[in-house]
Amino acid sequence: MADVTVEQVADAMFELVSSMKGKRDLKPMDVTKQMIEKFGGDVDKQTCKKALRTLIDSGRLTYKYAGGSYVTLPES
Amino acid sequence: MTGMKYKTPLLDELEKGPWPSFVKEMKKEAHRPMVQDALGQLERSYEEHISHWKHGGLVGVMGYGGGVIGRYSDLAEEFPAVAEFHTHRVNQPSAWFYTSDALRTLCDIWDRHGSGLTNFHGSTGDVVFLGSTTAEIEPLFADLTKAGWDLGGSGSNMRTPSCCVGPARCEWAMYDTLDACYNITQNFQDELHRPFFPYKWKFKFAGCPNDCVASIARSDCSVMGTWRDEIRVDQAKVREYAKTVDIESEICDRCPTRCIEWDGKKLEIDNPNCVKCMHCINVMPKALKPGLDRGATILIGGKAPIIGGALLCSVFVPFLEMDPESDYEDLKELTEAIWDLWGEHGKLRERVGEFIQRVGLSNFLEEIGLDPVPEMVMAPRSNPYIFFDDEIFETDGE
Ligand code: SF4
Ligand code: SF4
Repeated sequence: MADVTVEQVADAMFELVSSMKGKRDLKPMDVTKQMIEKFGGDVDKQTCKKALRTLIDSGRLTYKYAGGSYVTLPES
Repeated sequence: MTGMKYKTPLLDELEKGPWPSFVKEMKKEAHRPMVQDALGQLERSYEEHISHWKHGGLVGVMGYGGGVIGRYSDLAEEFPAVAEFHTHRVNQPSAWFYTSDALRTLCDIWDRHGSGLTNFHGSTGDVVFLGSTTAEIEPLFADLTKAGWDLGGSGSNMRTPSCCVGPARCEWAMYDTLDACYNITQNFQDELHRPFFPYKWKFKFAGCPNDCVASIARSDCSVMGTWRDEIRVDQAKVREYAKTVDIESEICDRCPTRCIEWDGKKLEIDNPNCVKCMHCINVMPKALKPGLDRGATILIGGKAPIIGGALLCSVFVPFLEMDPESDYEDLKELTEAIWDLWGEHGKLRERVGEFIQRVGLSNFLEEIGLDPVPEMVMAPRSNPYIFFDDEIFETDGE
């Protein structure tokens, strides 16, 4: 099975969060669960954490607090 | 002193009496517009019995999911200086030891970037900086990190761990709370700054069951010092105490398991029945000392009443060695197992204690791979859901 890179997971996460903009807020664990579903056995929680980290550190996504913590697109 | 911008008769009531008053302290800082408007807005809240702070929104420093708590005034036109009034949590040193130089550095940084109002310390343990604008968040963070400080936790992450003064000043410390707190803080930096949980997770480290950080009531994981050998008794000193203390009523009768006997000459402790509550030791500190085989009890599930009601922690691991040499590997392993399970199956804003109540203790233990032990049960047979093999065997044999 082809290895899935952290970048691929990050891109898929970004796409997912973008597609949900304005519809539903996603928690980091929601995003992770969806990636594991999408990529099956090729990604685990650790890879997802790394992918999330690259997204947050590069500013493509940001955290937001609304009762609990969510990941979202930064305010432009 | 600068005059006050608003009349605050209700707040002024809080200046009366001999005790410390935040109103008094704030008025000393009246030259700051933020302080004037904060007082004005608070007086309004006292009149109307509602808060005028809105929170939430996207505030924080790049890369971190916590540490800055967004606060906005909903009366921004009237009180413009506090239109943005964000709270910053700064990770405190273990057991709150500072040099005067460190305090000066913190205060200077805060004077440059915010209201100058502080709270040493918040109930999480952090240094709390009260009130900055959004524009100052990043510059403040840059100055803090340059001086060797970091933000603490907020949101659905591991909150800033805190500990009692421990061996630094207290003879009852059964392990090095300061080292354990620092080690865990450093080890879980990701979990501290990058929210990944259903809700908050708090660690508190108490050196002994006196629990000066109230870990049992205020943390999801309480690491409480204990011993598993015998209480050391100096009988001559017990007889000294007997001249001023009624040992029968003050000690024997107040031992929760009634495991102490006193015949007027000799104090006998039935150590296997001692639950390490510290009572007898606290009353006669010169005569009784904890044992020497020391470690910690790990308790899980405490919380204050925010969403559901309050919970106290319950015992998970009766005894864990807390040798700094071990790097606290066992504690880390247990923590990660719990985070994995609760992280994946916990509902939004469900603390681990509530999660355990929902799924049941026996399911929870099974999932994290821990065997049930009698110490997990609060009172005999109060928990009908855990069966011990020998009990089941006896019933089957009837
Ligand atoms: S909890 Fe125990 S060890 Fe820590 S300061 Fe209090 S009495 Fe001392
Ligand atoms: S520590 Fe508490 S339980 Fe143990 S002997 Fe003393 S009073 Fe009893």
